[in-house]
Amino acid sequence: MDWSRILVNVAGEIFAPTTAAYALAAIGLNVHFGLTGLLNMGQAGFMLLGAYGFAISTIAGWPLWAAVLVALACAAVFGLLLGIPTLKLRGDYLAIVTIAAAEIVRLIGRSTALTDLTGASSGLRGNSYKDTFQDASPFPDGTFALGPFEYSLNASNSWWIRLVGWGLVALACLLVWLLMRSPWGRVLKGIREDEDAVRSLGKNVYSYKMQSLVLGGVIGAAAGIIYVLPRAVQPDSMGRPMTFFIWTILLLGGAATVFGPVLGSIIFWVSLMLIKSVMREGVPTSIMRTEQIEQFGWIIVGVTLMLLVIFRPQGILGDKKELAIDVR
Amino acid sequence: MRRAATRDRSTARAPIALGVLLLTLFLSLALPGTARAATAACVADAATGCINGTIRTAAGDPAVGVVLAVDGPGGASQATTDATGRWTAPVTEAGEYTVTLDAATLPAGEQLRDPASNPRTVTVALGASAGALFPLGEPTAGGGSGGEASASPEEDASDGEVADDAEVGAPVGASESGSFSWGRLAQQATSGLVFGLLLALASVGLSLIYGTTGLSNFAHGEQVTLGAIIAYIGAQTFGLPLVVAGLLAVMVGAASGWVQDAGLWHPLRKRRVGTTQQMIVTIGLSMALQYTYQFFFGGGALRIVTTTPTMITAGPVRISTTSLWSLLIALLVLGAVAYFLLRTRVGRATRAVSDNPALAAASGITVDRIVRLVWVIGAALAALGGVLMGLYLNATSWNMGGALLLLMFAAVTLGGLGQAFGALAGSIVIGLVVEMSNLVIPSDMRYAGALLILILVLLLRPQGILGRAERIG
Repeated sequence: MDWSRILVNVAGEIFAPTTAAYALAAIGLNVHFGLTGLLNMGQAGFMLLGAYGFAISTIAGWPLWAAVLVALACAAVFGLLLGIPTLKLRGDYLAIVTIAAAEIVRLIGRSTALTDLTGASSGLRGNSYKDTFQDASPFPDGTFALGPFEYSLNASNSWWIRLVGWGLVALACLLVWLLMRSPWGRVLKGIREDEDAVRSLGKNVYSYKMQSLVLGGVIGAAAGIIYVLPRAVQPDSMGRPMTFFIWTILLLGGAATVFGPVLGSIIFWVSLMLIKSVMREGVPTSIMRTEQIEQFGWIIVGVTLMLLVIFRPQGILGDKKELAIDVR
Repeated sequence: MRRAATRDRSTARAPIALGVLLLTLFLSLALPGTARAATAACVADAATGCINGTIRTAAGDPAVGVVLAVDGPGGASQATTDATGRWTAPVTEAGEYTVTLDAATLPAGEQLRDPASNPRTVTVALGASAGALFPLGEPTAGGGSGGEASASPEEDASDGEVADDAEVGAPVGASESGSFSWGRLAQQATSGLVFGLLLALASVGLSLIYGTTGLSNFAHGEQVTLGAIIAYIGAQTFGLPLVVAGLLAVMVGAASGWVQDAGLWHPLRKRRVGTTQQMIVTIGLSMALQYTYQFFFGGGALRIVTTTPTMITAGPVRISTTSLWSLLIALLVLGAVAYFLLRTRVGRATRAVSDNPALAAASGITVDRIVRLVWVIGAALAALGGVLMGLYLNATSWNMGGALLLLMFAAVTLGGLGQAFGALAGSIVIGLVVEMSNLVIPSDMRYAGALLILILVLLLRPQGILGRAERIG
């Protein structure tokens, strides 16, 4: 077993763009669930919309900033539309509706009727929308090695996307930290703890929930952009499982904390990579084929989510008092 | 209030952990070594390219179980169309590939519109997908007269080098270009009714479980898949007659319901884990089970019955004998459930628990026993629904239940959460909507239509069709 290669691969996951994208998405979900107590089960829908918004407007020839704005605006509108019917309802209704809405986005995106726009189920190829982002890079072309980690500077899975992705994660963390200390954040936490109490103080609970839903969704859309930049927009790879991974990440790291989602994402992807690479090397194919190892990894994720929720719902960094799973 | 109740935590901890493990290992122990090679979904990345396509019958329905052989520089492989008629074959080397459709595996009465283009050659690049089209229908070149199969003849004249997967013969153009006919309406309505009743089998259980425990069970879809897969194993691996395999599936389903409640949900309720928390547990369970199925049975379509069903034509409506039997069984079973709920003592107790568990307990009903029973019944119904659904859709797969889950939720919400008869009515509405929306919107968006209804219902009448108006905010 080639341990040094495995370790390099695994360590590479710590700062991989996917890890950053999931951390960002989990930060968005943290605004929904950790701060406000909203059970959003459709975070992947926000990400997919962001990805589509960005890719389609870039392909249409829009500049980078405009495409990013379109992506964020898509998520904001989606959040508004979703919030109107559901925010007055009980938590599990919100869960069902958000999961259904995310599925609607995916089903429409992969429909053959929209092949010209979304590329149907085969999606949009990465090369068709990566250029504006790569051109915005200040680096020269070529590759750069930092210790054992060698990636291209600009193309696809590059240092540039890592820099931008983790920069956004840092910004989002800062934002959440500031929000949690602000009067606005205190109202959100109040809603999480006791909606009626906040209402009796004269706050418009509905409006605050809506703002939270939109803000978290917009962060999710940004995560969607980061997620698709090194690959392609594939509607089927951004379905329900993705939402569930984000939930696992959030609950693993700790909801209602600033760094919980980041820590969760890193642990999630590092351990998944570790398990899979060790098994790929160590388990003979007669026992488990390569794709079965992949599936075995996801089975572990499912079981982890169950055990986490049952035994340590506050996660690694969280505080059990801050957890809003069962307020209502 | 709930946080205080952690007294029996240490005693409850071990059985729960055990239950979780047991449940995930449940299948792996029950079904040793049945893993088989199957086509996993193909995702094009730097090292793989995909060849894919969708095969539809002349009437626009997915053609399931069609075998295609792919041969080229990266080696030879095989692909089979799944429940949606889609097939995909990953290749690890770029180049020209020949795709051969095994005409013997086509559904009965179907033939290639252009037999000369089988086998056909496709050029694939790594990191991209290429489509290979095999339109079915009358073998004449100009024959757009074959009903809904009015896919443009240019499509099969093109040499198959299409960069995306074309939904061959999909009623996309057809449904827009005014091919509406009363015959087609009747056909879709019939399919909708069958689909709705089969869906009802699954969603009644979901609704009963929600009613008695307050749990939105996101793993209920996996109970449906379980039924279908057990029937598949029974019929295909052990060669049992279909009826026996179906009964076996229902029994295994019931047993799994019992095991699930005894091993997982009962201890969780005892620990006073809240229902929302339990809901997230069901999500984890659903994920673990789905990938367990995929682990053992691969990502391809599993056909419970490989013979092609005989069709009966009544006026404009064509229906297979299997579907007729399914319809009959579903009606009988749903009738029995209704009788149980309305006329028997235990059934009345179930409804009492559904209404108000505390009051039911106070009046001498053993709530835990009723809940256990509801889990057994719900899981058995789901398994039966899974078997019949697998027959109706011609094949099952690891994610069949997952795909149906949201439709079940739509049905249950539409009828009013926790109302067993509401779930029945809701399922039929959803079934009709799913099948009849084909007439207006592209068929691959039909599930989206049903989910949109779910959202609209919540907006306009959150308590559902049959639910009582109460504050649920």
